[in-house]
Amino acid sequence: MKPDTEAALADIVKSAKGPLAIQGGGTRGLSPRGDLLSVAGLSGITLYEPGALTMVAQAGTPISEIEAALAVENQRLAFEPMDHRAVLGTQGDPTLGGVISANVSGPRRIQGGSARDYALGVRFVDGTGTAVKNGGRVMKNVTGYDLVKLMCGAFGTLGVLTEVSLKVLPSPETQGTLMLRGLDDVGGVRAMSAAMGSPYEITGAAHCAKIMEGGSVTALRIEGFETSVAYRMDRLKDLLKDFNADMNVADATMSDWIWKSVRDATLLAEVPEDIWRVSCKPSDAPALMARSGAVGWYFDWAGGLIWVRMPAGDDLRASLGAFDGHATLVRASEATRAALPVFHPEAPGVAKISAGLRARFDPRGILNPGLMGPVAREVA
Amino acid sequence: MEMPIPDPAVLARKDRVVARLQAVLPTDAVIQDAAETRAYECDALTAYRCPPMVAVLPASTQEVSEILRICHEEGVPVVPRGSGTSLAGGALPTADCVILGVARMNDVLETDYDNRTIKVQTGRTNLSVTGAVEENGFFYAPDPSSQLACAIAGNIAMNSGGAHCLKYGVTTNNLMGVTMVMMDGEIVELGGAHMGASGLDLLGLICGSEGQLGVVTEATLRILPKPEGARPVLMGFNSAEIAGACVADIIKAGVLPVAIEFMDKMLIEVCEDFAKADYPMCEALLIVEVEGSEAEINDQLALITEIARRHNPVALRESASADESARIWAGRKAAFSAIGRISDYMCLDGTIPVSELPYVLRRIGEMSEHYGLRVGNVFHAGDGNMHPLICYDANKPGDLEICEEFGAEVLKLCVEVGGCLTGEHGVGIEKRDLMTHQYAPADLEAQMAVKDVFDPQWLLNPAKVFPLAVSETRRALDVAAE
Repeated sequence: MKPDTEAALADIVKSAKGPLAIQGGGTRGLSPRGDLLSVAGLSGITLYEPGALTMVAQAGTPISEIEAALAVENQRLAFEPMDHRAVLGTQGDPTLGGVISANVSGPRRIQGGSARDYALGVRFVDGTGTAVKNGGRVMKNVTGYDLVKLMCGAFGTLGVLTEVSLKVLPSPETQGTLMLRGLDDVGGVRAMSAAMGSPYEITGAAHCAKIMEGGSVTALRIEGFETSVAYRMDRLKDLLKDFNADMNVADATMSDWIWKSVRDATLLAEVPEDIWRVSCKPSDAPALMARSGAVGWYFDWAGGLIWVRMPAGDDLRASLGAFDGHATLVRASEATRAALPVFHPEAPGVAKISAGLRARFDPRGILNPGLMGPVAREVA
Repeated sequence: MEMPIPDPAVLARKDRVVARLQAVLPTDAVIQDAAETRAYECDALTAYRCPPMVAVLPASTQEVSEILRICHEEGVPVVPRGSGTSLAGGALPTADCVILGVARMNDVLETDYDNRTIKVQTGRTNLSVTGAVEENGFFYAPDPSSQLACAIAGNIAMNSGGAHCLKYGVTTNNLMGVTMVMMDGEIVELGGAHMGASGLDLLGLICGSEGQLGVVTEATLRILPKPEGARPVLMGFNSAEIAGACVADIIKAGVLPVAIEFMDKMLIEVCEDFAKADYPMCEALLIVEVEGSEAEINDQLALITEIARRHNPVALRESASADESARIWAGRKAAFSAIGRISDYMCLDGTIPVSELPYVLRRIGEMSEHYGLRVGNVFHAGDGNMHPLICYDANKPGDLEICEEFGAEVLKLCVEVGGCLTGEHGVGIEKRDLMTHQYAPADLEAQMAVKDVFDPQWLLNPAKVFPLAVSETRRALDVAAE
């Protein structure tokens, strides 16, 4: 099913007799059970005001179309959404609805925030087939509850997104990346922390020690006007000189390539193991990995995000134990995904709230059942 | 503004409720004497007052949990209160409620510079969060005008913004985790020092929920390294249209100032009189601030002033010293006090698409003549958040009602042009009855369904946010416990 209007989509949900598997571009490989409901037919940019940093588009609009329109005005999606196709081996075009539903954010998250921080408004169809609007197209809006945040990262389990308003930002004139070589995980995280604690507005901080040949690299990105990037790069080198690492600066072209690779986890595309994604307190990252039993890993978000290569079928959560954060299973065999939940189990009090919300927004439990914990009926 | 009739059954249980609260709290933490509860009768929306049945001042999350468990069992409404600086009546009591004030909970629990976070109890004031970390070169970014007095609890409840949110975002963009007590006394932890939610983004839902979903007692906040420097430039223009076009051109040029503030002629005069900021007299004034090193500031201001010159400014002046910068901001930040000195006023908070500014200001001018009330405008021009200040005379019978009608018309206009009722102050009671202008019944139903999940009996701050007629059947569920 591929409706091309919100009303048609609402009719499909309302008259559905069983589970619906909601799909944007189909690049995230989540494949929930149910009849396929594609949102790709709801496509197109409906409003773009560069002077107000605002864009509104239908949920099925390809991200590539949005980025092309923004590029004409020298603007961009500042949350730098990841493209999952390389690491998951999927086809299709990532869509706005998919990116927002999964709150997909890239390396710039540490400085600029995630997709949910740029979502100003949504329209969605809930599990009863009712169309709902929340938020709007202005940057500051506290009128009523913020269901926009709730829908970001709900993976379609509370409603099917049909339209999203976004805050967009100017693209910087240039970028550069300072590369430090030879630091171990602890040193790398300390260097990233020092950089993040400086006033030089680091927009990417990644460290990669045990993922490939050739020793460790710690990468720090600065973006902005040409003179400003040059100035800040010099100050940053000075700030980090006591780490005694070899330092060199990657130019704009190289820097762009580095951060696309970090963003898309392309280093992990060909590895045979399971892939996990851990969100943690940045300074905890080295110790967490030391007890993980993992084959390899790299840090993004100054250590706050760890991409992990785990032996197939091993439970990373079991080896990490309790920690400030969570682990998501990104790529694994069907058998492993049947045995280990994709999302980190929530504490009982929180799980009760989440289940309650799903029961209200999708009382029949038909939207992407099986994702994000038990569906309403299974709870009841 | 109508409030629900106090429940006589709850009032009749006052002695028992007080006795149960006294059993779990220190003596001085339970306030029930009529003379003393009066201190909690209103917030900064002073036109509306009502002393609560009881006020409690817990000192810990555990005490908050005990209080809410008791009130839940007794069927008593609870109105959470930070510092009581809400301009929307968010902390206005009802006569049958328990006011739960978090003012005694103001400790810093942990500062973590390596991970750039601070964990505080939520009674702590906004400015004192920055105060706790500034010696180490850090600050907490959201900066509402009331930051000297307002509490983090209230900032979270209203998702507060401030003048500098164009670059740094509002509270929700700087909040990483909370400890929250549910109405039945259960304590839940959401988020922490890590980024992103493991499941549904409940933290994003809590922020801005006006104390209707739970009582937030502790918060983990993002702190940021202070910029090397900051400097504003003042620009005067002959009309709001020209000022608006200049703002759009600055943004399109790829500069992202940390703040762009707009003031109209009336506010310029009033603020100048009050703060002696040396503002130019003109129809529209912009304060544009940029950050960075000295050289970076010079580069950005050169670009910005070049753009401004294309719009024929009647005044254009870069701040020449730290003292001058402070005075420029003192004028803007004193706008509410300055106007309060000459008149009673009501402060509106609608947001509009930036491109609609000239039209909306013209319409407000026409309404000002129609209603016979003066109005001045300050405006966060980068993000479209307006603050029209309508002057009225509180001692003149009927003037407040005219002012409220005028205000409602302005807010409806904001919605009509694609904006919203409130950008940073919240709905409270003030904008409650206008919610149906922005949201269809299904939209409000979806929001109320969220409250049903968190607080099935609608005991937490029940008379706020939703029009009373819309929430009536749900509030009627508030059945007295026996």
